[in-house]
Amino acid sequence: MIRFSANPTVDTVTKLVAVAVAMFAFVFVVMVPLYNVLCDALGINGKTSGEAYTAVPAAIDESRLVTVQFVATNNEGMPWDFGPSTTSMKVHPGAVNDTVFHARNPLPRAMVAQAIPSISPARAAEYFHKTECFCFNQQPLDGESSAEMPLQFIVDQELPRDIRTITLSYTIFDVTDMAGGPLAAR
Amino acid sequence: MAEHHHGPAKGLSRWLFTTNHKDIGTMYLWFSFAMFILGGFFAMVVRAELFQPGMQLVEPAFFNQMTTLHGLIMVFGAIMPSFVGLANWLIPMMIGAPDMALPRMNNWSFWILPPTFLLLASTLFMEGGAPNFGWTFYAPLSTTYAPPSVTFFIFSVHVLGLSSIMGSINIIATVMNMRAPGMTYMKMPLFVWTWLITAFLLVAVMPVLAGAVTMMLMDIHFGTSFFSAAGGGDPVLFQHVFWFFGHPEVYIIILPAFGVVSQIIPAFSRKPLFGYDSMVYATASIAFLSFIVWAHHMYTVGMPVAGELFFMYATMLIAVPTGVKVFNWVTTMWRGALSFETPMLFCIGFLVLFTIGGFTGLMLSIAPADFQYHDSYFVVAHFHYVMVAGAVFSMTAAVYFWLPKWCGRMYNEAMGKTHFWISFIGFNLTFFPQHFVGLAGMPRRIPDYALQFADFNMMSSIGAFIYGASQILFLYNVIATIVSGKPVSDPKVWEGAEGLEWTVPTPAPYHTFETPPKIDPEHVHS
Amino acid sequence: MTSWGEVFITIYMETREMSCEAKRICKLALGPVLLLMGGAALAAGGESSQLNMPPGATPVSQSVYHLHMIILWICTVIGIGVFGVMLYSIIYHRKSRGVTPATFHESTKVEIAWTVVPFLILISMAVPATSTLLDIYDFEDAELDILVTGYQWKWKYEYLNENGENVTFFSNLRTPQSEIYNAEDKGEHYLLEVDEPLVIPADTKVRFLVTANDVIHSWWVPHLGVKKDAIPGFINEAWTKTSEEGIYRGQCAELCGKDHGFMPIVVNVVSKEEYSGWLGEKQAEAAEVKKLMAQTFTMDELMERGKAVYQRNCAACHGANGEGGVGNAIAGSPVATGDLDHHLDIGINGVPGTAMQAFGGQINDVEMAAVITYQRNAFGNNMGDMVQPIDVFNHKKG
Repeated sequence: MIRFSANPTVDTVTKLVAVAVAMFAFVFVVMVPLYNVLCDALGINGKTSGEAYTAVPAAIDESRLVTVQFVATNNEGMPWDFGPSTTSMKVHPGAVNDTVFHARNPLPRAMVAQAIPSISPARAAEYFHKTECFCFNQQPLDGESSAEMPLQFIVDQELPRDIRTITLSYTIFDVTDMAGGPLAAR
Repeated sequence: MAEHHHGPAKGLSRWLFTTNHKDIGTMYLWFSFAMFILGGFFAMVVRAELFQPGMQLVEPAFFNQMTTLHGLIMVFGAIMPSFVGLANWLIPMMIGAPDMALPRMNNWSFWILPPTFLLLASTLFMEGGAPNFGWTFYAPLSTTYAPPSVTFFIFSVHVLGLSSIMGSINIIATVMNMRAPGMTYMKMPLFVWTWLITAFLLVAVMPVLAGAVTMMLMDIHFGTSFFSAAGGGDPVLFQHVFWFFGHPEVYIIILPAFGVVSQIIPAFSRKPLFGYDSMVYATASIAFLSFIVWAHHMYTVGMPVAGELFFMYATMLIAVPTGVKVFNWVTTMWRGALSFETPMLFCIGFLVLFTIGGFTGLMLSIAPADFQYHDSYFVVAHFHYVMVAGAVFSMTAAVYFWLPKWCGRMYNEAMGKTHFWISFIGFNLTFFPQHFVGLAGMPRRIPDYALQFADFNMMSSIGAFIYGASQILFLYNVIATIVSGKPVSDPKVWEGAEGLEWTVPTPAPYHTFETPPKIDPEHVHS
Repeated sequence: MTSWGEVFITIYMETREMSCEAKRICKLALGPVLLLMGGAALAAGGESSQLNMPPGATPVSQSVYHLHMIILWICTVIGIGVFGVMLYSIIYHRKSRGVTPATFHESTKVEIAWTVVPFLILISMAVPATSTLLDIYDFEDAELDILVTGYQWKWKYEYLNENGENVTFFSNLRTPQSEIYNAEDKGEHYLLEVDEPLVIPADTKVRFLVTANDVIHSWWVPHLGVKKDAIPGFINEAWTKTSEEGIYRGQCAELCGKDHGFMPIVVNVVSKEEYSGWLGEKQAEAAEVKKLMAQTFTMDELMERGKAVYQRNCAACHGANGEGGVGNAIAGSPVATGDLDHHLDIGINGVPGTAMQAFGGQINDVEMAAVITYQRNAFGNNMGDMVQPIDVFNHKKG
């Protein structure tokens, strides 16, 4: 055991202060990143990767069809009209699929939105790959204007066979005040 | 030190500048009792509003402030400081030390508390009101949607965390370095053991709480998004961090209570504790397990099934060391020569009611059943059985047990027993019916309820007023004892009391064990 | 030192000696307890749901109920054992009876026994618990998906319809403020009644996708055995399937702010035929609203509709008579007696950073027109102006 001081009390106190400081740091440098890694890896909360999937798609599994359902929620204070253009699609695992969400900013001023994806069942999250998504970036929209926001995705061939429906939910947040904030900096 | 070998200084400066462990212990105890009354008053407001269906006395917004402040003040202002006070008074005397290892820091760790709680209570008068998001302050209710006073709340939590950490470091340093020669670890009284383990828990998890509130502060004022989905964060992360602190926290509250009961039951059974070693190991196992069970508070957030199973099994395991403790106390009483003075009555009350709280805890650990119990009054009943009947009853027992040693006067036994019976009846009348309404579907933290819950809520409120009123009797008894109780001079006070604190004169002199006592190497432990 | 056997022999010997006096003490002690329990049962009026968890209406809720009862009984038996031994000590091993205390302590055998036996009991609980949990985590496709969104302080239900328009509505507390504030007698389903219940078909697997709009809520219906947190930005799922038609009531279970206690859930389980009829009606209603949007209303019509909308959506914060509360007073307010466009804007888009929500997406244009008109012409506000649905539509378009 390392001794920090000949005085046993000073030694004990030094070690304990070090433990306390280490535990404080532990929250920031271990718990938060570890939680995010675990969420991405295990799909806790149905979180999906915030980055585009770049792997080369393998063969298409034509033996089954998976229903992908799209759901949109506006967070509080978000006045945009926002929703999927099609409410659901039947897709083959491995195939590249495209769809769009539409958004309209009814207010007279420009706004910035951030859409947050979430997948249910959470177990499906790691098998749902987005190759292109409006949720990767903040989406600015001028006052009283509309936009079509594209989404391209692949359902992994490894998707467990008991999952036949995947729900992809987007919650759209008003981030006008924090635009250029932490997410944009990533 | 200049004041060495002298009595206490005179007047206010004695209390402001004291470094004496007994003075500081006394201040902690009085402070925590004041907080107990304040937190209890908030509980009375809550129970008065819930006396009947419909809104009568307060508005829902204020009701939430009351439940929040009740929880915060009881946990951080009443229970935790009361055990720190007890530790201050007793640990040096129990291990044969002249004082705590860090007397100056001891003074600071106490004196930062009163202003902090004054600040916390003053948020009631601020614009937007006091914190209203429950003592568990889940984001985003406590961040994006919080009243402005949340900043003061965060500051308060930081300071009281600092106070707890300083207090724990002091206790660990004292126990590790100040034991009298011959006082080996396995000879220490169980109260010292449970506090040593508690102090380690505190040093490990209070910084985690500080981290959680720091993240809240940054989210609110510095534009980060730890807990906000909009910026890539996650509100559920808050719950993980909070309960990583919060679960060990409940053992921080209950372990010293175990220590107290392990001192008192043998004394009034006139028989040594049945399994000293297994008690120490059980305490350590509970402390260890407390770090890997936190998510059992979050079964309904939508965890993967593997996570639910892990946390369910780990939580169920806690029943084993807890059972060992209960069996030990009961076996200690078995074939003893029992007498039922007030401290023993409170310990028996503790034993019965804590065991009931343990059973409901086991029920709550079962994840699928918890889907029905979670956030209902069943949970409220459960944690009051462990917090009030566990921690508060044992604390009350401790005061009655050691008060004669502290002030050299005996409390009024008849009044003490009356206090026990009123408390016991009032407590059960308050919280037992809450099991029923919880199972029948009443959610917690609601200011008004459906008609089918009316009868039990009225019983509960009546019980709460009885329990609350019985504390006035307690206060009166303590003050009357200090002022005019029957003098006692026997160092041992109680026939069956064991331990070094009972070898010093009664009342305990201002300075004790300035020369270390001789520990009988044959004597196993107390 | 003592052994396990010795403990039992002592218990046995001493039990035989149990005197009549002790039996009387026992009866005396048990009397009030039994009385209390009997009284409680009586108070419940024979309805088990007031004292215990309801078995509920679904296979899952019933298996949770059975699990609950198993653990409860195991705990009760252990409790009787532990408290029995303790009570025995309290009665027979008192100093006042002149007993001399034994000195035994520590017995490895006993200590191993009371570690291993509870462990085995725990395993016997973990087995059914695990199987019930796995039943709940079932991802088989549902026949009907409903998006449940928690709002401060109401629920929104959206029926995800693969063919055609989704049916969407809000479900608000229906109990009037006058009952809550004791001006009127409380109705049978006080605080557990909503303006529009969730309607689901029987014998159909229904999947609930649960999320929230602002803070964390929790969707709890005890009889369906469902409690799931609604977390802003994230989606959770739960499911139910029941063959028992009926009305099931629940509440929000997670503290979500001021009116946490005032956002009940009512689920109406009906036959499949009735359900499709109801769904058709809802769709027709939506079409009707579209038609109404083009209609022009008289002042009286608007006031009548507006009053209902106001009581449902506004009264909780602004007071039943516009006197204010958490929100500003409507009576004589500069908004309700000021510029019409500004008033509409606040109603539709809310006031960011305050409790005033954007109602544009929560109530339809007819309701918005009616409630704005009502606010401008009730509570002594005599503006005399009217808003028509088309005005709301145009305002939203900008």
